[in-house]
Amino acid sequence: MEALEIARWQFGITTVYHFLMVPLTIGLGLVVAVMQTAWYRTGKDQYLRMTKFWGKLFLINFIMGVATGLVQEFQFGMAWSEYSRFVGDVFGAPLALESLLAFFVESIFLGLWIFGWGRLPKSIHLLSIWAASLATMGSAYFILAANSWMQHPVGVEMIDGRPVMVDIWAVLTNNTLLVAYPHTLFGAFSVAGGFLLGISWYHLWKRRRDGIDTVGADGKVIVGSRPAIGRDAADHKVWLRSLRIGAVVAMVSFGGVALTGDLQSKLMFEQQPMKMAAAEAACHDGTGFSILSVGDLGSNSCDDLVAVVELPGLLSFLANGDFTTEIRGINSLLPEYKEKFGTHLPDNPIYGERAGAEIDYVPVMEVTYWGFRMMITFGMLAAGAAMVALWIVRRGTVPESKWLMRLAVFGILAPFGANSAGWIFTEMGRQPFVVAPNPDPDGIDNVFMFTAAAVSPGVSLAELVFSLSAFALVYGVLLVVEVKLLFAYCRGGVPSAMPELLHEDKDDDGDEGRGKRKDDDDVLAFAY
Amino acid sequence: METLPTLWFIIIAFFWTGYLFLEGFDLGVGMLMRGFARNNTERRVLLNTVGPVWDGNEVWLVTAGAATFAAFPDWYASLFSALYLPLVIVLLALIFRAVAFEYRGKMDSDRWRSVWDWAIVLGSFVAAFGVGAMLALTTTGLPLNENGDRVGGPFAWFNGYAVLGGLAVVFFCLVHAAAFLALKTDGDIRVRARKLLLRWLPVALLPLALWAIAVVVAGGKSVTYVTLLVAVLGAVFAWMMARRERDGWSFGGLGVFLLAGTATIFTAVFPNVLPSTIDSAYNLTVTSASSSDYTLGVMSVIAAFGIPAVLVYQGYTYWVFRKRVSASSIPAAHAVVPQ
Ligand code: HDD
Ligand code: HEM
Ligand code: HEM
Repeated sequence: MEALEIARWQFGITTVYHFLMVPLTIGLGLVVAVMQTAWYRTGKDQYLRMTKFWGKLFLINFIMGVATGLVQEFQFGMAWSEYSRFVGDVFGAPLALESLLAFFVESIFLGLWIFGWGRLPKSIHLLSIWAASLATMGSAYFILAANSWMQHPVGVEMIDGRPVMVDIWAVLTNNTLLVAYPHTLFGAFSVAGGFLLGISWYHLWKRRRDGIDTVGADGKVIVGSRPAIGRDAADHKVWLRSLRIGAVVAMVSFGGVALTGDLQSKLMFEQQPMKMAAAEAACHDGTGFSILSVGDLGSNSCDDLVAVVELPGLLSFLANGDFTTEIRGINSLLPEYKEKFGTHLPDNPIYGERAGAEIDYVPVMEVTYWGFRMMITFGMLAAGAAMVALWIVRRGTVPESKWLMRLAVFGILAPFGANSAGWIFTEMGRQPFVVAPNPDPDGIDNVFMFTAAAVSPGVSLAELVFSLSAFALVYGVLLVVEVKLLFAYCRGGVPSAMPELLHEDKDDDGDEGRGKRKDDDDVLAFAY
Repeated sequence: METLPTLWFIIIAFFWTGYLFLEGFDLGVGMLMRGFARNNTERRVLLNTVGPVWDGNEVWLVTAGAATFAAFPDWYASLFSALYLPLVIVLLALIFRAVAFEYRGKMDSDRWRSVWDWAIVLGSFVAAFGVGAMLALTTTGLPLNENGDRVGGPFAWFNGYAVLGGLAVVFFCLVHAAAFLALKTDGDIRVRARKLLLRWLPVALLPLALWAIAVVVAGGKSVTYVTLLVAVLGAVFAWMMARRERDGWSFGGLGVFLLAGTATIFTAVFPNVLPSTIDSAYNLTVTSASSSDYTLGVMSVIAAFGIPAVLVYQGYTYWVFRKRVSASSIPAAHAVVPQ
């Protein structure tokens, strides 16, 4: 093992982990803001309950995004100091903008929202959740600007061997960014959609299991009520409405990712042809999209790879919008890369023991090939399931089947899987470069960096092994805790976020939170 | 001397100072969660004095880091890679602390609460100590070679300054938190917070003062003697006001002490941002470590709007949550309803 490999594992693990929390934060934040807006406008109790319940889950997840985001901010300098020195002039700016323009808004307005129930005027309180939600989307924009620059460097000039920014506008309107951003946002919304759908299904199912709701002869739901445990008629509305919102969001987002993903493919074909070829395990030039390829993908060699099922023309369509363009395969790309960027790493001390080693320009095909397919499959599954779910609940409740319920809950994982797979594919498909060189017309020649040169020269293998183990351990434990809490709050249903529902004095018109000021000794509406 | 790099040095110093001032009291409140707070209700009082604001305070740290990356990539790269191990520990501490704030009240069980209490206490302590050590070392130097990389192994950074800086921030946070609690709580806790402040203030500020004196003596700019004097006066003022039970004034006095103290330290080391203890030719300076003028210019324009905006809306939250928190304002804990 070398320091470089550990550093890569560490970056990959911490980032993928961070990105488990991020899409749920982005997606659920918007959903909660919309629900609260509905409550603000209609005053209907069910919307207040939805806001409170989903808001609680949002917060449990949000904090893990914050905690793991801290690591992201510092680890470029810690483990990738050569990378930071090389790209700092252009890469640091979007990160700083993200902090200054998005993180402050996010954290401060969320604080206002959490503690502002009953203390802020209703409109300002509503404004706070909107500010926080829009800021999460803003932060995504800036961080993706940084990431897109690594995929497709723009807006710089090479001066003394380093890229120096000459045009921030170009960095912030990088065409790679303009398609990756909506793609990532839709990916995040699909996570929220699946989350709403699965959990609401569980609650509708539980109401049936417990005999609260029944089904009449016409198949229509007969809504029952058990107010003593907070499961009255409004409770049914909460879950039914949430389920429908979730299903629609999941379906629409899939449309979104598919459209933007198609645009991404076209750019990738221009900008990172090797990634495209590796995504397809395409050795020879051709037009077919492989559905199944067999052989030893891991060998990174084209000798024993056979495409078993291929859809003719589809790959060409993904990349170029028609059915006949020959997409270049690995065999014809390799010599070009070798000629342009060399066959061996330079004899520069920056490469440590790897100086002079042969460069492998083909990314790990197992990962790119299956990553690409997993992303699409999981996304499709989730959208298809959402459509079916919407149809199943047309009469107002879900079937009694325990297995269907389990499937719905388990299905929550699919969009998460699609997001992780997408990132792993994108990032690993970029290898062996950390900053990918771009042959396309907008690309700037000779701005690139090998991953092997990016790692901190001063940090020892032992330090990295220690930190990787420590992060993996802590992240593992915290994931268990988070999931445990999410389960507990999901099981508890709305009363876990609104304990007042269990007391007699609950007010039905839901005007709790009105902006009247209270006396000094008054009890806080919310406290940790 | 170049204008833009100097401006950004000032901005980064400003972010660090803002971080120490704001998160200073919430780190301190965190450390007081055990020992000072005697029972669950008192712990919840403490927690809720900082509840709505701590995350916003922490973003000052994130921004200090990100601004360093953008404005002085070499400083960011050398400092953080040289201090690799201690930073890992600080990050873990901050992770536990953040999660603990949010999760502590989410289950109604003594064991659950006690685990998160300790996460807050230890997380706050380690984070304060680590940040202090890191700031002290960036002003007194690290063993860096000509490329800016640490030599001498994972612990080569360790020395007396690291300990002094760590203690300086830990002690400052403690008294700052005492002053904050005197201002933000009522009843018994307020009385005890005042006592704590009065008793410990003179001792607790010593390490920070010593660190400032050390860099002033080494760096020797006349203006720093003035700021140092202001810092000392701030401390004396804070103490006198604490004796008269003027909570707001003593909190303000501590603020002056911190502001003048960090101003002293950063001015004394200027134009170095990170000296090398191996050879002063390898020092990272404001000019050698900085980004291009274009990048700094763009960032300056954005900061000119962004920073005032942050101050306004962050100020607004403090205003909204200005009321004192006391044991009687804490609602009963409730269990997550199983069912
Ligand atoms: C597409 C969106 C996206 C991506 C790719 C990333 N993040 Fe993230 N990040 C968010 C979207 C986000 C967010 C949704 O805005 C979070 C989640 C919880 C939160 O507070 O904001 C967040 C939190 C968050 C925080 C904590 C903010 C706080 O204290 O409030 C930091 C420091 C970072 N991120 C930094 C990074 C870095 C350096 C990344 C690159 C490796 C990164 N994030 C990837
Ligand atoms: C949040 C979504 C992201 C995920 C899931 C993700 C995933 C990964 C993975 C799996 C790797 C390891 C690749 C390998 O070792 O072959 C990696 C590497 C890396 N990524 Fe990302 N990434 C994400 C976003 C970003 C962003 C936004 C940036 C920059 C701002 C970034 C910068 C890097 C860097 C510097 C490396 C290390 C070099 C390398 O090994 O490739 N990543 N990422
Ligand atoms: C027809 C469906 C889809 C297509 C054609 C598609 C296409 C792509 C492509 C080409 C990339 C790589 C971009 C690059 O290399 O820069 C990508 C990345 C990614 N995909 Fe998809 N995708 C689809 C569905 C999904 C779904 C369903 C999700 C999640 C729910 C998702 C999440 C992601 C993420 C998070 C990334 C990495 C970030 C980025 O570069 O935007 N994708 N996708």
